[in-house]
Amino acid sequence: MKRSRILGLVGIVWLLASLGVIAYATRLGLILAPVDALQGNIFRIIYYHVPTSMLSLLFPYVNLVASLFYLYWRQRDPLKALTADAVAISSAEVTVVYATICLWTGMLWGRVAWGIWWTWDARLTSMLLLWLLYVSYLMLRRLSSTGQTHTLAAVLSVFAGIDVPIVYMSIRWWRTQHPAPVFGGGGDSGLDPSMRPAFWFNVLGWAMWGIFLLVFRYMLERRRQESEQDAALQAIEASLEIAQ
Amino acid sequence: MSYLGHVLTHLRKDLQLEWRSRDSINGMLFFSLLVVVVFSLAFDPTAAMSRQIAGGILWVALLFASITALNQAWTREQRNRVLDAQRMSPAPPSALFLGKAIANLLFVALVEAVLAPLFIVFYNLHALGQGWLFLVVMPLGTWALVCNGTFFAALGLRTRNRELLLPLILFPISIPALLGMMQATTAILTGEFEPGLWIRLLIAYNIAFTTVCLLLFETVLSAE
Repeated sequence: MKRSRILGLVGIVWLLASLGVIAYATRLGLILAPVDALQGNIFRIIYYHVPTSMLSLLFPYVNLVASLFYLYWRQRDPLKALTADAVAISSAEVTVVYATICLWTGMLWGRVAWGIWWTWDARLTSMLLLWLLYVSYLMLRRLSSTGQTHTLAAVLSVFAGIDVPIVYMSIRWWRTQHPAPVFGGGGDSGLDPSMRPAFWFNVLGWAMWGIFLLVFRYMLERRRQESEQDAALQAIEASLEIAQ
Repeated sequence: MSYLGHVLTHLRKDLQLEWRSRDSINGMLFFSLLVVVVFSLAFDPTAAMSRQIAGGILWVALLFASITALNQAWTREQRNRVLDAQRMSPAPPSALFLGKAIANLLFVALVEAVLAPLFIVFYNLHALGQGWLFLVVMPLGTWALVCNGTFFAALGLRTRNRELLLPLILFPISIPALLGMMQATTAILTGEFEPGLWIRLLIAYNIAFTTVCLLLFETVLSAE
């Protein structure tokens, strides 16, 4: 197979490139970028926290779009629908991974900067709810029986997609009505120019890594689907032979 | 038969079935009563404090109670393969859904009607805000729970661990609605802030999710 070898080569080059960018970005972020004037070295976690949070807000859209395509193709073109479903599950898993990293790094930062691990602030709460939504999506995929997993998951994904903006607005209203204790600083005063390259290289690196994970997981899911189809086909053939 | 006719037929069937057994209403009533008593023992609240927490406790009790009933809502249809017959019938599937959701709304509303006086007695409540707004908040909040709950119960119908799955997917989706009903109830009870914003949130939530449920129900019913 010529095509699969080329694809494999592209995959390896992409993997090496993203590892290279991440290595360079790590050097920029942890060694070369200046220490923050107010927060000291703990500030450097922003180079991991902000890129992962940006990306964990991006991948849910991939999931929603793939699920809509799945629902559209479900009866018109089942094979295409399976591809859409493979994209949906891989993006949901990457979302959960990135949102977990985002929450985790945020808690580490909060412990040092605010003195507490967690507060029910608007952004933290909405990110946690996003995480909960996609974990419940993965739970549904795990618990439903094989024949209908795709459809049920796609339906739930549409619900989650509608829920996210409502969650976002309601949490903001909730927090403005009950003001949280004020923790010093935190205002978005923008990044100092000397920190920008480190920041953007980290965004690039983690985006490339996320895309690599997504495509890798997609290929894996496609193989699983194909082997499932082969097994089903063999079972049908075997049953035909017995009948004769 | 018109669409409304189909909905009313399904509704009548569900009400009749429930009237014969009264299983889910009795179960919900006793379950929510237990939750109220347990919370009352756990927090031992004073009058001022109970005003702050009663909104939350009321809706948590109703949420848990309605989960127990919603899990049963579609099992009746599975007996004697009624659901397969429903799938084959020319009646619109969303009418089946709407009928069952309205039936569940009536059951939970009945539970609320019995629970509310008990709540007032156990927690020494009297509303400091505009009490009549409960007449708006209670139906809106109940519909938010019951509409999505009925839908997800149908979605989880043929899965493993059906009883476990329903709360796992219903709670995350319902969190904005829960926040809305709890905040609105607390606002009415304490009179400290305006419930208007939360009522609007509930209305928007209900419109959005009722539409999606009606549109996608056919997909879920015939998911194979």
